[in-house]
Amino acid sequence: MTKEITASGLSLRTAVAMLVFSLAFTALMAGSYLLTRDRIAKSAEAEKLLLIDQILPRSTYNNALLSDVKTLPATQEIGLDQGGNVWRARMDGKPAALVIEAAAPDGYSGRIELVVAVSATGEVLGARVTQHRETPGLGDYIDPRKDKNKAKPWISQFEHRGAELPASAWTVKKDGGQFDYATGATISARAVTRAVGRVAAYAAANRESLFR
Amino acid sequence: MDLQHLREIARAGIWKNNTGLVQLLGLCPILAVSTNLINGVSLGIATAVVMAISGGVVAALRNLIPYEIRIPVFILIIASLVTVLDLAFNAYLHSLYLVLGIFVPLIVTNCIVLARVEAFAAKNGALSSAVDGFAMGAGLVWLLALLGGARELIGTGHILNGIDMIIPGAEPLRILPADYPGFLVAILPPGAFIALALLIAGKSWLDARAARKAAQSPKDPAALAST
Repeated sequence: MTKEITASGLSLRTAVAMLVFSLAFTALMAGSYLLTRDRIAKSAEAEKLLLIDQILPRSTYNNALLSDVKTLPATQEIGLDQGGNVWRARMDGKPAALVIEAAAPDGYSGRIELVVAVSATGEVLGARVTQHRETPGLGDYIDPRKDKNKAKPWISQFEHRGAELPASAWTVKKDGGQFDYATGATISARAVTRAVGRVAAYAAANRESLFR
Repeated sequence: MDLQHLREIARAGIWKNNTGLVQLLGLCPILAVSTNLINGVSLGIATAVVMAISGGVVAALRNLIPYEIRIPVFILIIASLVTVLDLAFNAYLHSLYLVLGIFVPLIVTNCIVLARVEAFAAKNGALSSAVDGFAMGAGLVWLLALLGGARELIGTGHILNGIDMIIPGAEPLRILPADYPGFLVAILPPGAFIALALLIAGKSWLDARAARKAAQSPKDPAALAST
């Protein structure tokens, strides 16, 4: 009845068990990912549209913004690994503003996704974070819903900042830039500030082709 | 008898063996997230759900898991379940995800989940283990509510900062007078340690007082039941 347990037999048994468990639970995760992928994409999209209203007042354009969309290919300059959208706001057919999807690759916990509105004159009208994994209660003030300063959330300081700012100004004051940050959570603020600056520069450089 | 047993498990999780006050496990998230009541309760609820499910699943699979590699398998199970829960919250309960979502991945790092799986679920049935996990989480909910609420009140004079994430348009409740200057230390990490120390002292005092009362009237069943 009692079988002698050899070292190699034990190793093999545990290795196989570990492999089986890994496969089973990886399959579980992959399955849930596939099941939820479309719905998650849809909720992220709906959220993005709500955000656009916050950074681009309806009164500044009169075209059907959501259908006037240009799909960008992967654009590393503004952090888009897999492409993204640019919505073009027009007033009586004339270019009014661009709403650009972008990302900061260098958040404290990975990518921070943003939408930034830039006027046709190159002014940043507003920015919002759409997806992030920054530390709750510390770095998440980049999202105005989590920002304790409700009257003047951190992210509102980008409003009406011109593209004439030199590239070096688009970072936190600690690095010699022009933007505030919360002590102890510089990385999140720095990542977002730099990303907004890159979007402003990108919009200025590509205005013609983006509106076309 | 069985119900009695489950009630005993629940009582241990919520009070007698409270993760934050007695076992002192998972202090990192407890101290980091208890800056206000809403965050505290959110993390507590998310943790309770994860602990109940992971306890139940590990207990159901416990006879299939070789003893030598149980810890990696437990971590694998917990991490997978948290990932699945995170995706499910995001897809089907999106408004709740916006409140709880960011806390869910943090739970994997909470050693209390692994500790309960190893100490309890690996040796008990699925139902008891799910109850144990949930009770441990419930103990965390009230502790985090108290800790977060106290730190928030002393730090800012308000409670329920961030309520508008759950009920749009709701305002935080101002408890202290409007000219209260705020006391930043309560919100910063030292405040978390001080507040937790006071809560641990408070629980020990309550337990000691209950034990003293029980010793004075050992034959009174009411006193025994209330300890």
